[in-house]
Amino acid sequence: MADVVFTAVQKRYGAVEIIPGLDLTIPDGSFTVLVGPSGCGKSTLLRMIAGLEEVSGGSIHIGGEDVTTRDPSQRGIAMVFQSYALYPHMSVADNIGFGLKLSDMPKAEIATRVQDAADTLQLTHLLDRKPKQLSGGQRQRVAIGRAIVRKPKVFLFDEPLSNLDAALRAQMRVELAELHSRIGATMVYVTHDQVEAMTMADRIVVLKDGHIEQAGAPMELYRKPATPFVAGFIGSPKMNFITGEEARKLGGDTVGIRPEHLRITADAQWQVTVRHVEHLGSETLIYVTSDSLGPLTIKTEGDIGIDPGQQVRVGYDSADLHRFKSGARAEVYT
Amino acid sequence: MRIPRDAILPSLFALVLALGVLLPLLMMVTISLNPNEQDIMVSMGSIRSFIPQVFSLQNYIEVWTDPVHPFGRYLANTALITFSTLILSILFNSMAAFVLAQGTLAIRKPVMILILATLAVPGESLVLPQLMMAGWLGQIDSYQVQIVPGVANAMSIFLFYQFFSRLPKELIEAARIDGFSFFQIYRHVAMPLSKPVISAIAVLQFLEIWNAYLWPVMVTRGPEYRPLSVAMSAYFGTNQAAWGNIMAFAVSMAVPVILFFLILQRQFIASVMSSGVKG
Repeated sequence: MADVVFTAVQKRYGAVEIIPGLDLTIPDGSFTVLVGPSGCGKSTLLRMIAGLEEVSGGSIHIGGEDVTTRDPSQRGIAMVFQSYALYPHMSVADNIGFGLKLSDMPKAEIATRVQDAADTLQLTHLLDRKPKQLSGGQRQRVAIGRAIVRKPKVFLFDEPLSNLDAALRAQMRVELAELHSRIGATMVYVTHDQVEAMTMADRIVVLKDGHIEQAGAPMELYRKPATPFVAGFIGSPKMNFITGEEARKLGGDTVGIRPEHLRITADAQWQVTVRHVEHLGSETLIYVTSDSLGPLTIKTEGDIGIDPGQQVRVGYDSADLHRFKSGARAEVYT
Repeated sequence: MRIPRDAILPSLFALVLALGVLLPLLMMVTISLNPNEQDIMVSMGSIRSFIPQVFSLQNYIEVWTDPVHPFGRYLANTALITFSTLILSILFNSMAAFVLAQGTLAIRKPVMILILATLAVPGESLVLPQLMMAGWLGQIDSYQVQIVPGVANAMSIFLFYQFFSRLPKELIEAARIDGFSFFQIYRHVAMPLSKPVISAIAVLQFLEIWNAYLWPVMVTRGPEYRPLSVAMSAYFGTNQAAWGNIMAFAVSMAVPVILFFLILQRQFIASVMSSGVKG
């Protein structure tokens, strides 16, 4: 068992409270993504699991053991940093195996573990190189290798793909997800990119101002966001929000509808004016506006012929509406 | 090669500077190769003292084989004192700087300011109390009295501190997670990365210790522990200064310094350049 349990965890920097008191259980073997905007406390949480940040109050248990005051190396964790944090003067092999060397592990055992990690991450031909001779993706793989050889109970990832270009990021997302299914260890991953969260996680924790807005499976958050914040944060393009009189007519203070759930048909409910059209090939994003609804984004499949300034009618299924009252989801029973 | 118009003035300035540095050296070498003392006296002050007319190693042989002033012994003393001080200085000052830059001690800043404040104290003003302390400890006329006082060096601590403060935080954290102790981070991460700083400090301190005169002249009594810098002054004590021998001695003393700089120059320049770029 290597679940991570936060119990009433607090973090303060002097008088400033970053995390006011948080309870969270990260299940054993899960790939949990902590996601939220800058300053929401996601990295602080991760660093507290690692032991790089002291806890101001509460406790953290890993696999049932209280690790709140333990040294980072005594917690059974390994961490992959955004900047890779490789030792520049060491070869790839030493970067991966040096921590084991310091723990007095027999040389043969170190060599086997380094080789296994290198095989898993396709780094075998790079073992003698220095980090500066590697590409960004290779460096990140070395950083992951350094984590793997320690055979930790929990892997921590702090925005590990942020420094990579879009194509490499997509490739590494797949590799990390595959690595998780192969190793089966608990993985905690911090990102501000909701696409990373949706594609890799089996569990997402959305944070805002140091507290949990919602935690659950990616599709659960997508289908039933608990708050307008989660609704707006999960999903790309962002959910449309309607407020005021139109929202009240639809049954909430704020009503959300995802761009992919709006459709343009001649007999639809709303009349809007097209402001801008983005043709992405497989899909088209249409930005429209109306006096009563405000600006809306519509996502349609394929490439449709529509021009700015054109008047169109937009419709929806009532089941696709997300109604919020007083900042929380309002369940509608029909 | 054509020099761009806007580079003419800087080039001229550099030329004048270079001549200012190189001409005395050229004169030193020229005189050291001339075995005729009278000829040296006549040529001194004229252009002839810069252009070697004769190439004789007689002055060098005289200096190296002088039984009254054992050059080999002085050289060995100087090398021992310089390298011992240098090694201990790099070791202890880097450790101090690492604790000040990366440690968790609450009074790190005040301690660093105190260390920097000592830079404002002229070394000469400390000589007398240091001499008295050396006397109390019975260490006069020894190697250690010439080594130990030079080990702690505020400038060296400052240069290491600057470098260690700029080490990426994540690198230190990765090492902590990997199980490195504080000392192991210093030994296996910080020190291997600080080669340019070590080179810069080594070059600067090497010059300072190799050429030190005031302290060694006060704490040494005879050739047994005396370094080259003090030994050379003996040549000026005689009625008639033997310029050929003095210059041969000076060249022999300068060569190791030049060699040391040449060996470390690439790293030294890299260090100076990087400190220039990054502030």
